[in-house]
Order: sequence, then structure tokens, then C-alpha cells
Amino acid sequence: MTLGSTVVSSVRALGRNPTRALLTTLGIVIGIGAVITMMEIGNGSAAAMKKNLESMGANTLVVIPGTPRMPGGVSQGQGSAVSLTPDDCEAIRRDCLNISAVAPVVNAAGLQFVFAGSNWTPRQVVGSTPEYFEIRNWQVETGRLFTQEEVESRARVCVIGSSLVKEVFGGENPVGTTIRLRNVSFTVVGVLKTKGANMMGMDEDDVVVAPWTTIRLRITGLKSGSATNTTSSASTSPSALYPGTGVAFFPEQAENLEADTLLVPRFTQVDQIMVSAIRPEMVGAAQMEMTALLRDRHKLGPDDDNDFWVRNTAEFMATLSSTTTLMSNLLLVVALISLIVGGVGIMNIMLVSVTERTREIGLRMAVGARSRDILQQFLTESIILCAIGGIVGILLGHGAALMVNIHLKWPIESSPAVVVAAFLVSASVGIIFGFYPAWKASRLDPIEALRYE
Amino acid sequence: MELIELENICKSYRIGEMSVPVLKNISIRIGRGEYVALMGASGSGKSTLMNILGCLDRPTSGKYYLEGEEVGSLDGDSRAKIRNRKIGFVFQSFNLLPRTSALDNVIMPLAYTNASLSGREAKARAVEILKRVGLADRMDHHPSQLSGGQQQRVAIARALVNRPPVLFADEPTGNLDSKTSVEVMKMFEELNGEGITIILVTHSAEVARCAKRTIQIRDGEIIRGIFGQEEEAS
Repeated sequence: MTLGSTVVSSVRALGRNPTRALLTTLGIVIGIGAVITMMEIGNGSAAAMKKNLESMGANTLVVIPGTPRMPGGVSQGQGSAVSLTPDDCEAIRRDCLNISAVAPVVNAAGLQFVFAGSNWTPRQVVGSTPEYFEIRNWQVETGRLFTQEEVESRARVCVIGSSLVKEVFGGENPVGTTIRLRNVSFTVVGVLKTKGANMMGMDEDDVVVAPWTTIRLRITGLKSGSATNTTSSASTSPSALYPGTGVAFFPEQAENLEADTLLVPRFTQVDQIMVSAIRPEMVGAAQMEMTALLRDRHKLGPDDDNDFWVRNTAEFMATLSSTTTLMSNLLLVVALISLIVGGVGIMNIMLVSVTERTREIGLRMAVGARSRDILQQFLTESIILCAIGGIVGILLGHGAALMVNIHLKWPIESSPAVVVAAFLVSASVGIIFGFYPAWKASRLDPIEALRYE
Repeated sequence: MELIELENICKSYRIGEMSVPVLKNISIRIGRGEYVALMGASGSGKSTLMNILGCLDRPTSGKYYLEGEEVGSLDGDSRAKIRNRKIGFVFQSFNLLPRTSALDNVIMPLAYTNASLSGREAKARAVEILKRVGLADRMDHHPSQLSGGQQQRVAIARALVNRPPVLFADEPTGNLDSKTSVEVMKMFEELNGEGITIILVTHSAEVARCAKRTIQIRDGEIIRGIFGQEEEAS
């Protein structure tokens, strides 16, 4: 019997009892529908996260100060240590091979941003270097970024995010205007492109970025160092870091004097060092390199804990997505169980159908069907049942995901691979659970089957 | 070469340890174009003989030649092929597929034919045969919309669709009233007139009278009609 005529006769056989076929396949419809909905919602949130991550820069690493331990082992809050210096930053640039850009970051939050009669408190005031924009993959919309020279000369310039333009300037072009941050006047030189909310849901565009030297030396001042006795270089002034420019705060220290002076509290420290690896797959290598370098620079013994943390965005995302992944995996398991239940339903009804149609089977054998043909026919019937159930389930599942998208605003993403996989799974359920009834049908004795009442 | 030749066919069933013989050394010949009635009381072995003749069952021993080919020892698939090509069956209870049109019922056996015809050819052939049995205007009716006699004629059309040389009818009038029985028997006579060999299994002497030759079987042995009528007459 050819495949085409098997399919035709199977469809006809199913069509003889449409209600039953519909109810039989309902289990598959629900199972596949659930799988598709889960996958689309799960993929949607994963894709949204990935997009956020990419907007942050997929190969970004962040070095933050560690959590110092009090004598007795009590750990203080994260970031309470002051262990990162601009020198660390330069050392990373100089010594690490897997790194393409390094930027020191100084944070100053809670500052009032004043322009003419309006004021606003930006979510973030960041001090850094031009490389910061490179690492964060952030371009300027109008105007320009500040330059390395401006960093070195502690120029009072800043670039601002698009939210500020909307809130403070009412959408007018702010480039060239002068604003004040804690009574320090800055010239706005550029507006950054809109980035949207980050994965925590915070507005990334509510930001002011200025040279870190300006922020650190003119606005935030210096943190008094705690737990700083691990640092190697005693002090760094911007003038030492960028020789020949700017103003020296203190006279140069003589070399012998420097050797005599042990561990003077650090002069300048940064809150973070942002690093980008040359390629996303080199993030791990860059992380190892930096850890080794910073441990060395901070004179940590083999048994000492790191006094800094190196975080990469992948780790960050993994933490965020692990909960979502766990949930969607659990739901997927439930959906698969419902598929098995649906498959058992198919098997049950197919067995009933084989018994009911014993005479038909006998007749088909009498007119020349081989047992292979009978097997093929019943197997085809259950596969068609499951495949139709799968298709309906895919449509319903996609519809349900769309409803979730429209009414709950959850991101969804449908992928052809998932649809194909769902279809193949439903067809396999048909094969697995349809085989036994079909095999039973094919083993019937035509004489007995013809006589069956 | 005769159409059907049986040589010392024996068939026994095993019931537990015991072997119960049902057919004992049956040898008959049936020629082309014959119209034979196979008679016997229930339990006489006529159904078993019919199953063997129809290639549904295999003899325990002995040889069965159908058109010169030994078919008694073939395996299941080969016998299915023989049944498809060379044998038509008509059953007492019609055995039509429910909720399926008369036309599709007739086309059904063609699906199992290897040299499969195209859909259109198969349909044309089925239409032709349905016309021949006088159901040209009932082709789209389902079995439940047909009378018993019409259903049996659909079944006959189905049996003939592959143009087999021999037609087996197992109590073809058992479920019909006397008027339609006459109709169906007339149809067999016509078909026989066209050269198709018909083997009728029945326990009714009235039906058997329509046939040109009667083979009577009792307790697994043929007691009458081993030879053709001409030979008996001589």
C-alpha cells in the first residue's frame, strides 16, 4: 500500500468518528500548547535579557572593591573597601593581553543637576574616561564625547543621557549650555544615544558622565581609606598618572623619601574599573589575568582573600536568568508529563478502535492487506491524530503567548526550531503510543477477525 | 491446467494435547468457469475448506494449486498478494466499511495492489463495476443508506474490482430476504456467464441448486461431487 493511500484511508477512518478523534487528541493539544507557551515566554525573557546584556557590552568585566573582613571574620558591606586605584587601571591596560579597553569609574549619586530654573537628580553621575563609552558600546547622539585631554586637565565638561534632555531641557538641544552639579558648573558637550531600561528596569539614560578626575577631585572628594594596607603604591595623584598636564597638588616626592615612607593612605581611588575583553569568549581569560595581576599588585598572600571582585556580565545574567530558567524548566516538565498523559489517551483510544474495527481489519486482510499494511495504517492514524493535535497545540500555544504578550506585556519570542521540535515531539508521541495498538491490529488472524462479533 | 487443484489436503487443529482433524485427505479439481456450491452442515469442515481455498488459512498437509501455482505453503504476505489478485470474497454479513461511500468501499482493495493504479484509474474501474452490478445511481451512498441486497451487490463489486479469476461467496444470501436473495443469485449466474468461477458456500439446498455442481462435505470428507458433473454423468 502506498504512503499516499495509507494517509488518505487513515484520514477517512478518523473522519468516520470526528468527535472521538477530537477528544483523543485534546491531551496532545494541551500538552503541546503548554510547551509552546512556556518556550515562547521563556525565550522572550531570555532574549530581552540578552539584548540588555548586549547593550551593556557582552564582553564587559567590572572590577569592584572587595568586602574587607574585620578581625574576627565579620564581613563588611560590599564596596566598603577602598582598594582600587587608577594605577591598577593603568596596570591592567599595560599588562593584560586579553583586554581591549579599560576605564576607571567613579560614582557620585544623589547630586542635583541644575539648569536655569529646573533641577533634577539623575539616577547616576559617573566619572570616567572616553573608553567608558567604548566599553559600554554607547555612542553620542548630538555633540561629542569628552576627550582624554579633558580627563587629564579635569575639565568641567559632561555628556548627558537622553532622559535628562527630556526632563530638564524639555527636549531642546542642550549642547553648549552650562549646568551645575553641586555648585560646580559643567558645560554639556554631548547627548548620548537612548539605551532604555537595564535588566533591573532602571533607566539607563538618566545619567551624567564627566571626566573621572573632575568628579573625584571637584565633587566627591576622596574617601578615607579603610583596610587599605594591602596596596602597593602608596599614592597617586592625577599629575603623576598623567604627567606634564594639570596641576601638581603636592611637590614630587624624592625617591629615597618615597622608599622610606611606608604605605601612606592612598590619595586617589576609583569605585570600579570597567574592562572590556577583546572578544566575548576571552572574558574568562581576561578575568583570570586581572585577578592574578591585582592580587600581585595588592600584595595578597596565597591564603588571603581577594580584596576586589571581578564580575562579568555573563555571570550577572546567569544569576538573573537562573530563576527564570528553573521556572520554565519546571513548567516544561509538567507540560511533558501532560504530553505523556495525552499519549496514553491516544493509546487507549487506538486500542478501543482496533477492537471495534476487528472485522474491518479482517476484511482488509481478506482483500489483500499484509500485516505490514495494517500496522502502517493504524500507526499512520495515531501519527496523524498526534500531528494534528500538535499543529492545533502550536497554534493555541502561540495564541496564548500572544495574549500574555498583549495583556501582561511580557516579552515573547517564537522560534521556528521550537515549533518544529514540538511538531516532531507530537508525531513521536503518535509513533510511540500508537505502535502497540497498531502491532496488535497487525497480528490479528484474518479468519477470526472476519468472524468477530 | 485446472484453476483449482487440491491434493490430499488435511487440516487439523490442536486443542491442548489432542490434534483434531477437520479435513481428511481432500482432493478436488475445479475448472475455469465452473459454478460450484460447497455444501455441508455446520461443523462439517466446509468453512475450513473455504478458508484454505481462499488462501486465508494453510493446510496442515497436502498441496493446493491455484492456476498451477502451489499456494498452500506460502507465507502470510504472499498469500495476501494472492488474495488480492486472484480471489474475490463475498461475505454473509457484507462487511462494508461503515460511513464510507459505496464507491470508496469498492476502491478499497485496489489500495493493496502493488502495481497501483492512479486514483482516477481506480475510480474509473470501480465505477464501471458498480454499473455492472446495477448500482450506478447509488455510488455515493453509505452502506446504512442501502438495502441489504444493494449492500451485497456493493460487496460483490468490491470482490470483482481486481478482476480475480475466482469468487468465493460465504452464505451470500444468509442475511437477505428471499426476494433479494433471488436478485443476488441471479447476479452470480450472470457473472458466471461472463466466465468468472464462482464457489458458493452454503447449507441451503435451495441456494445450492443454482450452482452447476455441488460438492457435499461431511465430517471432513467429500461425500458427493468430487468430480465434475460431466464425469458423474458418464
